[in-house]
Amino acid sequence: MYNSGKIIAGLAVFFILATLPFLLNLGKANAKIEPSIDTPEINAMPKKHCVESKEFMRAEHMQLLNDWRDEVVRNGNRIYTSNSNGNQFAISLQNTCMKCHSNKKDFCDKCHNYMAVKPYCWGCHIAPKEDKS
Amino acid sequence: MSMNRRQFLKLATVSTILGAGSATAINSLSRGNLEASQVSPDPKALKAKRWGFVVDVSKLTTDEDYQKCIDACHNIHNVPSHKEPRHEVKWIWKDTYEHTFPNVAEDKIMNRELQEKNFLLFCNHCANPACVRVCPTQATFKRKSDGLVMQDMHRCIGCRFCMAACPFGARSFNYVDPRKDNAIKVENKEFPTRMIGVVEKCTACYERLAIGEQPKCAEESNGAIVFGDLEDPNSEVRKLIAEKYTIRRKPELGTQPGIYYVIGGGEHA
Repeated sequence: MYNSGKIIAGLAVFFILATLPFLLNLGKANAKIEPSIDTPEINAMPKKHCVESKEFMRAEHMQLLNDWRDEVVRNGNRIYTSNSNGNQFAISLQNTCMKCHSNKKDFCDKCHNYMAVKPYCWGCHIAPKEDKS
Repeated sequence: MSMNRRQFLKLATVSTILGAGSATAINSLSRGNLEASQVSPDPKALKAKRWGFVVDVSKLTTDEDYQKCIDACHNIHNVPSHKEPRHEVKWIWKDTYEHTFPNVAEDKIMNRELQEKNFLLFCNHCANPACVRVCPTQATFKRKSDGLVMQDMHRCIGCRFCMAACPFGARSFNYVDPRKDNAIKVENKEFPTRMIGVVEKCTACYERLAIGEQPKCAEESNGAIVFGDLEDPNSEVRKLIAEKYTIRRKPELGTQPGIYYVIGGGEHA
């Protein structure tokens, strides 16, 4: 092979440059996304619970909100009975979800920004007032 | 590989059946739909076969009486008031006799008082609504349970066909962002606003009916607006319609509007 020294050196340099971002972050923990549930309303609850289990909400809240929307707007059903704890909730993003999760910036936005998703809930629904930070 | 016509048709048939079958199977397995047992209406909700209104403007004497109804509605529904008249958004408003009933022929010797009166106008919640027929996304739809003409803001694409179709001008388009320039004077935190590019209108306070309250305008009107079930012969609206002479706006168009305007008192009618 002609110029093998140069080619191999070049390949090595290319390989190091291309994998540099991965090599630099090797072994470092990724910034963990922890949506905060530290609000006065949630802290005041004797037993902390959401409408469904934490795992369900984490995975399915978008589907649940879609179904809630259709039930209220199109079918006029406004009471939701929880599968996991049997409690009844008024179906409302503004008046149920955000009454407890009054920290939109540290709860909703945290994951949504990380995942670069922009749900357009807040174009119409009024988010709770928070300190600008 | 060569194939005769018979083999080709066999293969095509089998693969079509398999394809359609597996699509159905996948759809039925997909999760996400709420079980019907999990959702229910509020037991306090007001129920009717078909909601309707009787409006008696003789009970509204001053401009403030009209404005009280209009402001009460617009405040609880976060309806913006824009400075630019072209951008106006209205759910309930007042207009003159001849604008309200343009189809009634002009008559010089008719009751002058009536002719000079303003009328309160809002969505008629027609039995046969033109807006619903033209909506391409079913964003506006007629609620089967009580006949209200509803507007699903999540689905509205802002095509404005419904505005062209509505013979009563009951619909407004958000040409500008309603949250800009402090257009929403009093913000009701319990109710959403709208966004730029959707059509909005009176929803007969469906959010209040759902928790057992009357529409806001009826509550604020000192009895000028009466709300009730048009299909129930014993309801207050039906009694008023039976007792007094009432007319509806543009009935000849066949949309069957649900607002009855009282013309003249009971004794003379």
